Amino acid sequence: MSDHPANLGENVIADAPERRLNMIEAINEALDIMLARDPDVIIMGEDVGYFGGVFRATAGLQAKHGKTRVFDTPISECGIIGVAVGMGAYGLRPVPEIQFADYIYPGLDQLISEAARLRYRSAGDYIAPMTVRSPFGGGIFGGQTHSQSPEALFTHVAGLKTVIPATPYDAKGLLISAIEDNDPVIFFEPKRIYNGPFTGFYDKPVEPWKKHPDSGVPEGYYKVPLGKARKVREGEALTVLAYGTMVHVAEAVCREKGVDAEILDLRTLVPLDIKAIEASVEKTGRCLIVHEATRTSGFGAELSALVTERCFYHLEAPVERVTGFDTPYPHSLEWAYFPGPVRIGEAIDKLLSE
Amino acid sequence: MADQATPSDSNRPALALHVPEPKYRPGDTADFSHIDIGQPGDQPRPDEGIHPSQMAGLAYGLVRVLGDDNQAHGPWNPRLSPETLRTMLGHMALVRAFDERMFRGQRQGKTSFYMKCTGEEATSIAPAMALASDDMIFPSYRQQGILLVRGYPLIEMINQIYSNKADKLKGRQLPIMYSSREHSFFSISGNLATQCPQAVGWAMASAARGDSRIAASWVGEGSTAEGDFHSACTFAAVYNAPVILNVVNNQWAISSFSGFAGAERTTFAARGLGYGIAALRVDGNDALACYAATEWAANRARGNHGPTLIEYFTYRAEGHSTSDDPSGYRSAQEREEWPLGDPVTRLKKHLIAIGEWDEDRHAAMDLECAERVKTTTKEAEKNGILGHGLHHPFHTMFEDVYEELPWHLEEQADQAIRERIAKFGTERPFG
Repeated sequence: MSDHPANLGENVIADAPERRLNMIEAINEALDIMLARDPDVIIMGEDVGYFGGVFRATAGLQAKHGKTRVFDTPISECGIIGVAVGMGAYGLRPVPEIQFADYIYPGLDQLISEAARLRYRSAGDYIAPMTVRSPFGGGIFGGQTHSQSPEALFTHVAGLKTVIPATPYDAKGLLISAIEDNDPVIFFEPKRIYNGPFTGFYDKPVEPWKKHPDSGVPEGYYKVPLGKARKVREGEALTVLAYGTMVHVAEAVCREKGVDAEILDLRTLVPLDIKAIEASVEKTGRCLIVHEATRTSGFGAELSALVTERCFYHLEAPVERVTGFDTPYPHSLEWAYFPGPVRIGEAIDKLLSE
Repeated sequence: MADQATPSDSNRPALALHVPEPKYRPGDTADFSHIDIGQPGDQPRPDEGIHPSQMAGLAYGLVRVLGDDNQAHGPWNPRLSPETLRTMLGHMALVRAFDERMFRGQRQGKTSFYMKCTGEEATSIAPAMALASDDMIFPSYRQQGILLVRGYPLIEMINQIYSNKADKLKGRQLPIMYSSREHSFFSISGNLATQCPQAVGWAMASAARGDSRIAASWVGEGSTAEGDFHSACTFAAVYNAPVILNVVNNQWAISSFSGFAGAERTTFAARGLGYGIAALRVDGNDALACYAATEWAANRARGNHGPTLIEYFTYRAEGHSTSDDPSGYRSAQEREEWPLGDPVTRLKKHLIAIGEWDEDRHAAMDLECAERVKTTTKEAEKNGILGHGLHHPFHTMFEDVYEELPWHLEEQADQAIRERIAKFGTERPFG
């Protein structure tokens, strides 16, 4: 659980720091701080330099820190990751951006066979202390090549860590932890909530981050540790395991339905905060897993297996998974694909009826 | 299924798919007279700051120094001292002796796998001698010669090959996939050409820091077909990286001849031209030419003139690895007929021709190399051979996956140790 004051009580807005940032601003600030603190940190990626990135995450950083610290790259994800491995071997701490998670696949061999295994295969001689930032997830009418959630491809790889923030506060603190981490970290940013905590009710306006308690972002350096989940809300009726955008969707559905759910924002998928999950499921006896990614072999399957293996005798009902469908992300039927309030509501009803 | 009209339905000519085929297969008489190897000394040596487009001819010709008269010729003669030449010959003789012994060790069941560099010794030993000892090496899997040049202990190589309890890589890597940060030698992968963009990244980092060290990578001609090689060329050109991209064209990628990487159409050095990278095509069996090419490229990189792609035109005299039998796909005569001879023999004859060596000293050196390898092998065997239990402690399997052991690996390590104890009554049944 985060020690951030916004998580501590009912009067969250009143107690939260005055300073409010959206997720892009929080990420930009984390990068800025790390560039200033550590001369080994460099940022590279497509359009990240002069222009500041297609989502503006690196805006102003090249002007402030110089062209050899923040620069554009050729359109070659294989090259970006490969070069980052070499820079890590030199002693730098690269933070490459992959413009969309959907574009990361040409770099997979460099991530899976190289970065992830370098420490192991060289017995600690060389490490790959890189943080690969990449916007992921849908809900922005991005079609099949700007909407995917490929996190399970990375959680399956020994040697990688996978981190997904759900709030501006966490985005900044987790990104700083990821950059300082000596293992390669995949840092997926839920782009649907860059500007506001989207609740899944796509026909309603999205509240901007500035009105949300978790947009209170202190100035300067702070860390949110990797491997620790955040308790979004306490509850008794069921446990909801979610990350990224789906934290906010699940929270809104539970609020709408008046369900006393305990919601865990996992924040880090590997290493996973298994203790927080066990404690919650043992208390509630019911477990709902929500992710936007396709269902089959998704990370929800791992979560479901872990909960079943470890909390079976506490369960009052079978574990439920709510996920995207096993289709490519469609363009016009985006909201039919998205695991929204109806799908989540139905699963909650089923869980609570047993 | 094709749903277009067949050619007979139209007046357009029928297309034909070309599938490359090597000239010679088992049983064929090999004849390489069609290969234009030029003359030693016939290639110009431009200034290291030259624009790549002004030296395009060097991507198609062949830089050669040592002639049939065993003398050094032309502007690429690196004019090395006899002492340096003898050192070079010594490294080449040692790696050949080492390869022989390790190959035999695999056949005797002491390890699972080995790869010789026979016939290609000059393409790693001469460049390694031309580089500074702290320039960073991103090797492929046939550059064991570089480690010898850098003074990496033979016994550490053998410990690694045997995956024994003294193996510095803790028995995790396939034999010959060495790593030594201390010797500026990057961890060898097994996925091909991944080291190319890594070398470029290291060189970019060195340049960004205002360092003076450069990087060099090695890749086979076959794996220049990988996207990583082309990403490396693009990044090297874009950032004018101080890197040398070496391509060892040994004609064969397991059973696929160089035509499957594009050799029927152009040279591998010529790949560099399209990227605007300086390119040299070099007689890879001519140690002096290999040295001179690297020296040129290193000067170019250190002068901030950018990357160089060097193709070493050579021949893989032995199988791809201990798991390969080349008699199944190529003519056994090729090795003898190779028009550029054997690199060790050529350097030896040169030293003899200039009055700095003789057959007796050479025979004595070969004997000494064989003895040294034999003695060191016996020493290494005290640390164990593969599969005989003298490996690293069991729990090391779970270390170094991450910097710290996460809970799930801790649980799996407990499980593995329980299995071990259930079977042997102790975690370490042999020690």
